[in-house]
Amino acid sequence: MNVLVIAEHDGQTLNPATLHAVTAAAKLGEVHLLVAGSGVENIAAQAARLEGVAKVLTADAPHYADGLAEELAPLAVSLAAEYRYLTAAADAFGKNLMPRIAALLDCPQVSDLVEIVDADTFVRLIYAGNALVTLKCTEAKLVLTFRTTAFEAAGSGGNAQIAAVPATPAQNLSRFIGRELPQLERPELTQAKVVVSGGKGLGSKENFDALILPLADALGAAVGASRAAVDAEYAPNDYQVGQTGKVVAPELYIAVGISGAIQHVAGMQDSKTVVAINKDPEAAIFNVADYGIVGDLFEIVPELTAALKA
Amino acid sequence: MKALVAVKRVVDYNVKVRVKSDGSDVDIDNVKMSMNPFDEIAVEEAVRLKEAGKIGEIVAVSLGGKKCEETLRTALAMGADRAVHVETEVALEPLVVAKLLKAVADKEQPQILLLGKQAIDDDANQTAQMLAALLNAPQGTFAGKVLIEGNEALVTREIDGGSETVALKLPAVISADLRLNEPRYVKLPQIMQAKKKPLEKTTPEELGVSTALRLQAVRYAEPKARQAGEKVGSVAELVEKLKAAKAV
Repeated sequence: MNVLVIAEHDGQTLNPATLHAVTAAAKLGEVHLLVAGSGVENIAAQAARLEGVAKVLTADAPHYADGLAEELAPLAVSLAAEYRYLTAAADAFGKNLMPRIAALLDCPQVSDLVEIVDADTFVRLIYAGNALVTLKCTEAKLVLTFRTTAFEAAGSGGNAQIAAVPATPAQNLSRFIGRELPQLERPELTQAKVVVSGGKGLGSKENFDALILPLADALGAAVGASRAAVDAEYAPNDYQVGQTGKVVAPELYIAVGISGAIQHVAGMQDSKTVVAINKDPEAAIFNVADYGIVGDLFEIVPELTAALKA
Repeated sequence: MKALVAVKRVVDYNVKVRVKSDGSDVDIDNVKMSMNPFDEIAVEEAVRLKEAGKIGEIVAVSLGGKKCEETLRTALAMGADRAVHVETEVALEPLVVAKLLKAVADKEQPQILLLGKQAIDDDANQTAQMLAALLNAPQGTFAGKVLIEGNEALVTREIDGGSETVALKLPAVISADLRLNEPRYVKLPQIMQAKKKPLEKTTPEELGVSTALRLQAVRYAEPKARQAGEKVGSVAELVEKLKAAKAV
């Protein structure tokens, strides 16, 4: 059975999340990757080299340029006849687009799944990661989104054929105004091998910057934050790790001044090694940490940074 | 201009749920329930738009068992004008919820449809997008900021790596992210007033929507719990352990 994966890109490069979706989709059948945009030859060429991709479909039209769900959903629907599964990574792009496709096709969606049991059976997390549910669906068509941290990224070495598909008419329901993407000097959060996260315990944005950033740099790590730290504006929104932010599963996760609320733990509990630095010995974060230090983060963090640099 | 706001009654966000020992369901008997936090933000946004003179009437809608009435009374106390309760005891999937909301929207003809971006029980993050699709309306999901200008909604959305702004033709569906606003606390007089506000009842049958489940939950399980590790006494000891574990 064929699987359509909808590729995410910024016009220049394929988003790494799509590589994880390809690996997941390949467990279900032959993978066709849809690359929609304006001027997509370059992206299509990158997509064709992905291992596990049998075919790259390109749809080129100005109204696909900004990735608007209102425009992309009819395109996916126009191709749906050949596929049982329409899929994407469960990041902001996939979460926005895929349910719209599911509703237009009148088929159910399984969101953010972490395991494919068989062709009809999938596992996903509910209640902020506090329970796993196994869902079975024998319908003729299914929309799926994959949790990227649960599947490896597809490698390169493939050589898929590229075929153009006709563009669907512009819907003109919405207009793209602009995008603000703060420059990242560090690895992208969901892709990083090491993540250093700061919480409310840091007390101010100045302390966050002065303590968390040097530690992250010493480790070549991405920077994360708890919701409390984001709400207090110590760090931007997109640093948030948790149920309502990003889900990460790095090799090493260092939680600094984070109490460990269930919503935060939902976003990092699959990390390989967790280190917690907190002055409260009863903090819930110590229940999920492999190594914990109870003490003043203002002393411990600089000491740790210095020790790692040495 | 009219706004429709959808609210869901869910297990309170502070409750850590447990899976029943036979794996048949999640045990939510006798736990505290409240309005889904994202839906509170949606209600608050509707009330603020009304206070700013952009919206004339706010209709709150909830779907589910008898006790959803409490959730609707909370929305009314926050400032919604009236409520619609689609009463049913059966479990509802997001696509069914979207169809029921469309049926209510077809009657009410709102210009703005506000929902939370996800419910904290099923964590599906589907309903708003599905509702927009069924109405052939534009969608402003994960909204961090909403402005109504003429016949458009300007929505700044939270995306990976930052934010983006889109202009949506009305009627439009908007799903609220956490940072859209801080919901107000309701005071006792408002709770008393809310009891007098109209609350209309209907059912999926009356709305002509089938509630048949198409996804079958075959088993529930506890996730593999992380074990608490060890506490170390010094930074030097921590670095030594991390090196031994090849974590750094």
